[in-house]
Amino acid sequence: MRISLAAFISCLAIPAAAETPVLTVLTYDSFISEWGPGPAVEKAFESICSCDVRFVSGGDGASLLARLQLEGASSEADVVLGLDTNLTAAAEATGLFAPHGQPAANALPTAYDNALFLPYDWSWFAFVYDKTKHPNPPKSFEELAASDLKVVIQDPRSSTPGLGLLLWVKAAYGDRAAEIWTGLSDNILTVTPGWSEAYGLFTEGEADMVLSYVTSPAYHRIGEQDDTKDWAPFSEGHYLQVEVSGILANSDQPELAQAFMAFTQSPEFQSVIPETNWMYPATDIALPEGFETTRPEKSLLFSDVEAQSTRQAALEEWQSSLSQ
Amino acid sequence: MAKLAVAIGLFALILVTAPLVAVAYRAGGLGLSAADWSALRFTLWQALLSAILSVLLAIPVAKALSRRHFFGRSTLITLLGAPFLLPVIVAVMGLLALFGRSGVLNTALSALGLPTLSIYGLQGVLIAHVFLNFPLATRMILQGWQAIPAERFRLAESLSFTPREIHRHLERPMLIEVLPGTFATIFAMCLTSFAVALILGGGPRATTLELAIYQAVRFEFDLAHAAGLALLQVLVGGLAALVAWIAARQAGFGAGLDRRLPLPAPTGWRLWLDSTAILFATLFLLGPMLAVLLPAISGLLDLPSQVWPALARSLAVALGSTLLTCVTALVLALGAARGQRWLDIAATLPLATSGLVLGTGLFVLLQPLIPPASLALPVTLLVNTLLALPFAYRLLLPEARALETDYGRLADSLGLHGLARLRLLSLPRLARPLGFSAGLTAALSMGDLGVIALFASESQATLPLVIQRLSGAYKQDVAAAASVLLVASSFALFWLFDRKGRNAQA
Repeated sequence: MRISLAAFISCLAIPAAAETPVLTVLTYDSFISEWGPGPAVEKAFESICSCDVRFVSGGDGASLLARLQLEGASSEADVVLGLDTNLTAAAEATGLFAPHGQPAANALPTAYDNALFLPYDWSWFAFVYDKTKHPNPPKSFEELAASDLKVVIQDPRSSTPGLGLLLWVKAAYGDRAAEIWTGLSDNILTVTPGWSEAYGLFTEGEADMVLSYVTSPAYHRIGEQDDTKDWAPFSEGHYLQVEVSGILANSDQPELAQAFMAFTQSPEFQSVIPETNWMYPATDIALPEGFETTRPEKSLLFSDVEAQSTRQAALEEWQSSLSQ
Repeated sequence: MAKLAVAIGLFALILVTAPLVAVAYRAGGLGLSAADWSALRFTLWQALLSAILSVLLAIPVAKALSRRHFFGRSTLITLLGAPFLLPVIVAVMGLLALFGRSGVLNTALSALGLPTLSIYGLQGVLIAHVFLNFPLATRMILQGWQAIPAERFRLAESLSFTPREIHRHLERPMLIEVLPGTFATIFAMCLTSFAVALILGGGPRATTLELAIYQAVRFEFDLAHAAGLALLQVLVGGLAALVAWIAARQAGFGAGLDRRLPLPAPTGWRLWLDSTAILFATLFLLGPMLAVLLPAISGLLDLPSQVWPALARSLAVALGSTLLTCVTALVLALGAARGQRWLDIAATLPLATSGLVLGTGLFVLLQPLIPPASLALPVTLLVNTLLALPFAYRLLLPEARALETDYGRLADSLGLHGLARLRLLSLPRLARPLGFSAGLTAALSMGDLGVIALFASESQATLPLVIQRLSGAYKQDVAAAASVLLVASSFALFWLFDRKGRNAQA
């Protein structure tokens, strides 16, 4: 019965090319959209690997990990691309990952060296605003709390930028985090499940500021020839999001997976990142014209283990401060 | 036929419970935490209020539509199906264009020097749920009105009944038959609300069970917690279905001659009430939709090439699940009309299940057998069928019951059974609700994102999934244009089926 059911259903599937080896990359949704890095990355790697790259998407960064945990050792994926360092401790604990064998990426503002996870891009979180409407943006969380600006943020329970903001406030203020959230509560217009809803509310003019990245204005400048958007530098420093990839220990294509990891550090891969994923490349290559104006003076980042251990308490703090 | 109904009912129950059990089994138990009770409270409260408001607003509109004839009436009735098939985020953006901080209403208020109103909070959640559900309620109640044989109204007229007496003898029994099911359907829908409640609810105050499930599945991988929450949701939904089952009483008007006699328009204040109801419905329906769709239309011309195969895939899935849903709902409704009332529960529960737990459960069940990516489209088809079944069933049930009472014995005495009975009696008599059900199902499964996201690889994306990918890559304007395409094709399918059903009746 099992076999006949499987045989029946596999008839419905598109038959895969049997001869060329297939590298399955599990990643987040926006990576494989027509404007994401996916298509160019696939083409570039296929031209050197004599293999077939197949992307499988599983929602956003957080749901990638859940997907892996669900599939366990029987996952089809060879490589996972799109976790961030707030999730790597949990990812490591699954025991599903194998060492990538590559030297650490060299263009990050803080060193990140992990045997299992290799950064492929990164950016700082920041509040993005329209500089024609707000010539003097707040310069810190405290100034934001004191202003009457309305911001839209993402829910840390369902989105990785939301979790990033939670840890940003915690890293900057420690025990005062709850107080900061209480101060911010009348500035938070609303909380969205994911990044795209929040950013949509901002571009529709519903909110004054949105939690996004310092590299978001670059999209508007380069992609839309619109120089009205900017990010507000905060004196506390800016929390980093470092996006990483890793090899699954159970991959049936370990050599290909290793080759792909090396490829993520190559100029061919890295040069695609800035203008498709709108993040900083992880290696030292030239940035596109107009990509960057200024950088934050100070970077904040919890270690993988700290991020994991801080999260639950910070979440409860966030929830109770905003529910009052 | 009766055996088939029982089999389908059981299958629906299994399909709702098996994934839940699979998730719980994988996790080794069920879990709930203290924060869940406040999520439960908020979820129940908003679902209850949303359902009450939707139904209360729908009654005068349905009544007005049943007895008033004006230019565009038929189009308006078709458009009532539209909000229901908007992707959630499109509906939210539409409402914000009217009621948001920089929306039409607040711009006007501040131009007049009046204080502005905030949509964020419980009021926003209710406005959105009413916007999404009151048109459906109107259609369900309108069907009830149209199912009262015109001869009964003629008789009432010749007996010089006052409007109050007509209400007592004709309309109230009809409402008692139709309202509980309508209410339970909308209540169960709102139980599983997630994005609307969070975005318009203004933050963690508006945490629903579905958000907690999302968190448990996606972020914490706490499957025991997810299963516990999903079970809670199903229990509440089941309870609502049970209450509706107990409250509903068949009106028993008997058969009419199927003549279409226009009902007389009322006089005095009732005339004004009718006009106000119709005007309100039109504005409330069209305003948000036009506000969000019109600006995006220009983008239709340069949609990326990914969109077209995705559209074809979505259409195929939609048509497949329409066929499956109509067949199963018809069998269930006819079975329930012949006395198998427990089918009510089997046909309502899918509404209260969490799409995420359903998808995850199926994934857990199937993944050891077959690679998930090869199942993306079949599973989507199955789940869409399951999720559309409650609506189709609810729409068919009152008329299936009337059919059984009015013509059942005649058909039995003529020895009319099986396919012949279906072709000669059931299908023609049920054409109107069947057409509407088919339209809703097609549109619903066009727009569904639910399980496909868990199963699909890059080459199998449906249109909603492509839209999600685009909006995650800064291409909000392209995503908006693709949403217009989605809404237009959903609506075209809906219009086609609904029109066919309504014309078949004539």
